Amino acid sequence: MSTEALLEVRGLRITATRPHEVDLVRDVSFEVAAGEMLAVVGESGAGKSITARAVLGLLPAGMRVSGSVRFDGEELVGASDAVYRKLWGHRMAFVPQDALSVLSPVHTVGDQLALAVRSVRGVGRKAALERAVAALDRVGIPDAARRARAYPHEFSGGMRQRAVIAMATVNDPDLVVADEPTTALDPTVQARILDLLDTLRERAGMAVVLVTHDLAVAAVHADRVLVMYAGRHVESGPVHRVLRNPRAPYTAGLLASLPPRHAESRYLPAMPGAPVTTGSPPAGCAFALRCPAATDHCTRHEPEPAEWQDGHWASCHRLAELPRRTTDLFAGSTA
Amino acid sequence: MTAPLLEVRDLVVRYPARGRRTPPVLAVDRISFTVDAGETLALVGESGSGKSSTAAAVLMLRKPEGGSVRFGGRELTTVEEPGLRTLRRGFQPVFQDPYGALSPRTTVFDAVAEPLRVQGRWDPATGPARVAELLDLVHLDRSVARRLPHELSGGQCQRVGIARALASEPRLLVLDEPVSALDPSMRAGVVNLFTELQDELGLAQLFICHDLTLVRHVAHRVAVLHRGRIVESGPARQVCDAPTHDYTRELLSSVPDPDRLTVKDGHGWRHASSRCELA
Repeated sequence: MSTEALLEVRGLRITATRPHEVDLVRDVSFEVAAGEMLAVVGESGAGKSITARAVLGLLPAGMRVSGSVRFDGEELVGASDAVYRKLWGHRMAFVPQDALSVLSPVHTVGDQLALAVRSVRGVGRKAALERAVAALDRVGIPDAARRARAYPHEFSGGMRQRAVIAMATVNDPDLVVADEPTTALDPTVQARILDLLDTLRERAGMAVVLVTHDLAVAAVHADRVLVMYAGRHVESGPVHRVLRNPRAPYTAGLLASLPPRHAESRYLPAMPGAPVTTGSPPAGCAFALRCPAATDHCTRHEPEPAEWQDGHWASCHRLAELPRRTTDLFAGSTA
Repeated sequence: MTAPLLEVRDLVVRYPARGRRTPPVLAVDRISFTVDAGETLALVGESGSGKSSTAAAVLMLRKPEGGSVRFGGRELTTVEEPGLRTLRRGFQPVFQDPYGALSPRTTVFDAVAEPLRVQGRWDPATGPARVAELLDLVHLDRSVARRLPHELSGGQCQRVGIARALASEPRLLVLDEPVSALDPSMRAGVVNLFTELQDELGLAQLFICHDLTLVRHVAHRVAVLHRGRIVESGPARQVCDAPTHDYTRELLSSVPDPDRLTVKDGHGWRHASSRCELA
């Protein structure tokens, strides 16, 4: 594996310990280099959000993490809160889906950002506020000095999400983990926010882990992609390899069911069934029940990730036997 | 030429001022459109564009401030309850949140049977068979009838909501973002269901959506709403393939297009690569 990875996750396992032990995420590995964006793609219950939170040490009580999470060479699994506290906000930061969940309603946006600055830097009030205003300006909030004196409820949804990104990036972290940062936003606002993340990482060399259910977003913005299903690895690798030539049928089905821009039929290729959620995966391959290529073997044995080519990994028993165009597997399926 | 099934003329929806700080909001500003039997019209726009306000006014869930809404030749804006209740059988909604649209304590069977009971059309002898038939129509296994919403996936819940709407034997479905809350792998299936129901039952559909690429497939015609006004309308493929209004273009370009996969090359800059051969 590459030695320059900023974040290296190996064999990550997240287990819920209450009310009884259930593995929510099993054997997930990925890495992110400085300046790179990794998209973690999956549907509800795929385990993508808790994977992101596990990286940041932000899992709720009652969950146990094993495996390895190395950040800039330092092992974080089993690390104390004191270790994390040195990293949070300073070297790694979190952008949640719901901006209001991290913004205080009773403090101005500028004050909250300034506090974030002062929590990791020994600077004065005025210097902190200046840095806060600069961060708001950097994320494209017009008239930042004036808007810094406003409260979150006076911002629109897109502005609030910008403010949260400004807060996450105000201390120039090395890694930003963004959990569906644009899902609640309008498409034109979403496009601007994702462009903003691109600009920030190109300018500052920031690494981004973007959790999304939207394969199209991953296709356009990410360098690498990790597709998850029912808490397990499905497919991963450079985005142009994985999305142009998906080898796992689940990835192919997701791609096939995106509305094509120039097709004639009113019917879209569709995947049968519903996603299996993490914590209740069937025996064998979790996707087998919905997979047009599944055999008896698939329903009994769980596939291991195998390298298809040059860092492109897929977890599928039938990897070698699938048609060249895996999206064709879903061509005749409309329900 | 026959009159359209739904005819909306100069519709105005205004939300009143709340106190002195929040001025009244003109959500829908004199818009007009028609939907024919067997046809799908998509209303496209962002939040605040007035599309859901339009839906609420068409469903007579919010009395419009001005304009006219004619359904099957009847003017709806002058009808009061309980007259509306019988008219509403003809136009039924499907909402965005599949779980929110169902009571958590009501089984699928009772949820689908409820419209029949409320409308006094429930016959204990034939009712259960009718419910089973409605579940068949939306491709739900009949065993789902005994379940509660939390035991179902989002896609299944949305199908229950559709079966419930169909129980009234409507001529028009008003679909307010019916797939945007669903997991991606289930969206296409539900979208196909709407197309199939239209082909089989000749339903008219008012499809409210923010995704123009999806609209291109499901709708015959599109009206693009911006700040309460229709800025562009026409045949779906024409509007989506060759938009003329700047706002429509912006909406279209904001949907990430995997066909134009941009790939970072070794020098760290981005260029559009050739078309994705698999998309």
